[in-house]
Amino acid sequence: MHSDISSSPSGAPERVSSFWDDPAKRSLVYQLITLMVVGFIGYYLFSNTIKNLHRQSIATGFHFLGKEASFEIGESLIGYSAASSYARALCVGILNTLKVAFIGTALTLFLGTLIGVARLSTNWLVSRLAAVYIEIFQDVPVLLQLFFWYAVFNDSLPAPRQALHPIPGVFLSNRGLVFGVLAHNPVYVYMGGAFLTACAGVYCLRWWAGKRQDKTGKTFPLLRSGAGILLGLPLFVWLCGGAPIAMNVPHLAGFNFSGGVTVSPEFTALLLGLVLYTAAFVAEIVRSGIQAVSKGQKEAAMSLGLKPWQTLNLVILPQSLRIIIPPVTSQMLNLTKNSSLAVAIGFPDFVSVVNTTINQTGQAIEGVAMIMTVYLVFSLLTSAFMNWYNGKIALVER
Amino acid sequence: MRSRRLWVWMSVAVILLGAGVATAGTLSDVRAKGFVQVGVNGQLAGFGIPDEKGEWKGLDVDTGRAIAAAVFGDAKKIKFVPLTAVQRFTALQSGEIDVLCRNATWTLSRDTALGLSFVQVNYYDGQGFMVPKKLNIKSAKQLDGATVCVLPGTTTEQNVADYFRTHNMKMKPVVIENNTELNKAFFSGRCDCLTSDASQLAGARSVAPNPQDYIILPEIISKEPLAPAVRHGDDQWKDIVNFSVLAMIEAEELGITSKNVDEMLKSTNPSVQRFLGVVPGNGKDLGVDEKFAYNIVKQVGNYGEVFERNVGAKTPLALERGLNALWTHGGLMYAPPFK
Amino acid sequence: MKETTMDDIAPPLTRVGIIGWIRMNLFNGVFNSLLTIVIVLFLWYVGPPLIRWLFVNSLWGSTSVACRNAAGACWSVISANYRFILFGFYPYDLQWRPSTAMLVLVCLLLISRNRRLWKKWLLYAWGAGLCCMAVLMQGGVLGLTPVESTQWGGLPLTLLLAIFGLAAAYPLGVLLALGRRSKMPAIKILSIVYIELIRGIPLISMLFMSAIIFPLFLPEGVTINKILRAQVAIIMFTAAYIAEVVRGGLQAIPKGQYEAAETLGLNYVQTMRLIVLPQALKIVIPPSVSILISAFKDTSLVVIIGLYDILKTTQSVLANPEWMGFSSEAFIFLACIYFVCCYTMSNYSRRLERELGV
Repeated sequence: MHSDISSSPSGAPERVSSFWDDPAKRSLVYQLITLMVVGFIGYYLFSNTIKNLHRQSIATGFHFLGKEASFEIGESLIGYSAASSYARALCVGILNTLKVAFIGTALTLFLGTLIGVARLSTNWLVSRLAAVYIEIFQDVPVLLQLFFWYAVFNDSLPAPRQALHPIPGVFLSNRGLVFGVLAHNPVYVYMGGAFLTACAGVYCLRWWAGKRQDKTGKTFPLLRSGAGILLGLPLFVWLCGGAPIAMNVPHLAGFNFSGGVTVSPEFTALLLGLVLYTAAFVAEIVRSGIQAVSKGQKEAAMSLGLKPWQTLNLVILPQSLRIIIPPVTSQMLNLTKNSSLAVAIGFPDFVSVVNTTINQTGQAIEGVAMIMTVYLVFSLLTSAFMNWYNGKIALVER
Repeated sequence: MRSRRLWVWMSVAVILLGAGVATAGTLSDVRAKGFVQVGVNGQLAGFGIPDEKGEWKGLDVDTGRAIAAAVFGDAKKIKFVPLTAVQRFTALQSGEIDVLCRNATWTLSRDTALGLSFVQVNYYDGQGFMVPKKLNIKSAKQLDGATVCVLPGTTTEQNVADYFRTHNMKMKPVVIENNTELNKAFFSGRCDCLTSDASQLAGARSVAPNPQDYIILPEIISKEPLAPAVRHGDDQWKDIVNFSVLAMIEAEELGITSKNVDEMLKSTNPSVQRFLGVVPGNGKDLGVDEKFAYNIVKQVGNYGEVFERNVGAKTPLALERGLNALWTHGGLMYAPPFK
Repeated sequence: MKETTMDDIAPPLTRVGIIGWIRMNLFNGVFNSLLTIVIVLFLWYVGPPLIRWLFVNSLWGSTSVACRNAAGACWSVISANYRFILFGFYPYDLQWRPSTAMLVLVCLLLISRNRRLWKKWLLYAWGAGLCCMAVLMQGGVLGLTPVESTQWGGLPLTLLLAIFGLAAAYPLGVLLALGRRSKMPAIKILSIVYIELIRGIPLISMLFMSAIIFPLFLPEGVTINKILRAQVAIIMFTAAYIAEVVRGGLQAIPKGQYEAAETLGLNYVQTMRLIVLPQALKIVIPPSVSILISAFKDTSLVVIIGLYDILKTTQSVLANPEWMGFSSEAFIFLACIYFVCCYTMSNYSRRLERELGV
């Protein structure tokens, strides 16, 4: 920030001298001064910090990462116990953050698009409701929404023993949503492999179909055949593997449910708050993106004899997506950054784990630096991906 | 150009307004400021919490007031800074506060590696478990597989992990940094048990919708001596804080209360005379007013009064004196002679 | 529409009036009709109990004991504690001062809504108003009892953090935007690094830094109070976003403007001050209001570092044994406050966008 104090040449002396008359030299001087000021401030803060750390005999460095964390974490995608190291605890935190970010992004895109389209509906009631939704959820701080949803979950859901039991194998209580999953079987791994193979196959098919269409003008029923391959191949593997259907059904054991998969209330409240909040913004973006495509485009497409879905797919969407994608990307990044508020309602995301780590080791600088680095890496990766995608879309548009 | 300079000066002024420079000892800084800055909890009923008028209440808060009474002869010359668990030690290290009265457990690593000095314990505590009665649990050893509500980043969190590991049990922690939210989560049934210092459990139970539905298990799994802390290396200030706490204990032992303190000035007991500064000496040695103990007792009260007012039997917390009774009553509260 | 001539045949009843409107807007097509029915059913199912809870069975100004047995919402949690929620630890008898300060702010905002009044005197009025508010809050002069900033809390603190945050971040943001478009590589790189760095990290990490690490940056014995530290973090954070908005405005200025200014012999500062910035800043007013809105909402994050803004004072009330368990009511009340503020601002920004035609 201090770079700017001397960024504009206001301090230029009025007197005429050959040195100051040369813009190149002048700019060199300004840059030197700026760098010196920034460097000096940096050095000042750094030396103070070193002195303070030394004086208060606070440990520095990342040695603590290898030590035993000796605190438990509520939910984890990888194996973790209190005997694991801090490094592993932090990995658990990063994975939890990524989990929220990915699931949140998917749900937000879906809900946001739905509401954005609803906002443009010809049905007065639907469009009004969408408008009310957008206004309310945009204008209330996301942290307040998180607190609210968490309070609602805790206050209104029953204890595990009185858990709601809407369909077999699914339990809803204040410990979260518990549901049965397929018991582990090696066949599922092969099915995953088959699916990936199918994906690659469909990709090749698409390439070939495009080539053929360019050459001969014949179209190929890509959608149907693609879906067939994607579904058929894993299904075939499943049947070959003896069609295992054993379920891992949750049941009450002691205090809690054991077995099945649990979605905790903290996670749900976080997800709900973030998705509802961000979807309001995405809805606005989608609405304006669709509205930005002029009516003439649609009419022109229709008059060319394109079917409605072709109009949407080939004419409207490519144009509105170009407008929609950059702001939606920044909303997705916002969602990821806002997921750091998990610390307030007790979901063990990265910030929450770092917070505990700071508390126990007293190494605040390393902790906050790690938070910043991790989120920065997320942002940069997303921007890089989106730049690539944007470039691709721009090419398609020709 | 002029406007640029104006900006620079304005920012300098802003920084100076907000920045305080402390160089000499804490006592002279505090005197120069005209008030003591005390770091407190802010959310813990019975120890440090504001009421609806913003008036601070609690055992830790009254400890802070005693220090102000000792230094200035006026318990109102004080500022409370509510701190979260993460901030409390940094706030003290950086000089943002002069003394920390925020139910902090005195441990070796905090006393050494964090550059703090703890003084006389103002509450002896231990970590326990609270469970709903209907779970029918009699001992903490039956808690295998339980979901446990716990405040993060405290000694509590490590103690409970250690306890479950030693007894080969599994737990699922729910970690919320905010006392309010944590208690709410427990009472709504989010967790099977709440673990914290026993006093805090009592505090939490007192605010439960139906206090009789919860029991505190007999196991105390840790020692938690809660003590005020000051920065390491300023012995005079440490002495003042230390003897402010001790004065409340000594007053109780001598039978001096805020109501009878004026009469006690006429007492012929030499211990009382020395204590209340009728016979001077103590104050001068400590570097404060001769009547510092009188002021503490007059304006804040003795330890027993403070205890009863904030956490005692008539309060919602309804805590027993237990370890916090005077040594003469089988507790641990013991003050060295004031001479 | 209503005027009919002899030749006109009145449209069928189903096309005009209420019935026509309903047909056009609610039942045009099978899908829409179905949607309408589902929504009406939903509203019918949810609406009445909600209204009963919110208004009919609710209690206003009772004790907490009465609330525990009531079937409706307990608004008493607000009426009994509203002064603490709104003003935090500000001394009870002096709370007229923050109220007046907020009133001054609201008046200034109302005056500034009118674009015809955007003259130089308004700028001075804002300066005077802000000073006046600072004096009211801080005291210490004109016979007002001084009130330490550690005692500030509630809504005034929220407004203070947002408005001073934006006011101080704006010049910094403009400088950063200019820096990013500068031809001097060192300055350009520094600006880019700053902007992208800040935009890539969550505000909470900045606040953590201000709360926990910043004291370590200062020489021994020097301390800066907590609110100012958080304020600086919010300023530094907001500035990066403003820089991006202003950069958008700068890019929208045609090159001819720069060239014309150069032809006139204006130097860089003059070009920017007299030609480019006035136009660019006008374009970016609506997006700036959006930034103010998000800054206002983001101030709620200071809860996590323990500042007593309006969300924290509310939580503090809910920690009180007497009022525990009425969080929905308290949070709904807060949501209303935030909503009213943000909605007014965003509405205004939309109007402005139309008026300015950008």
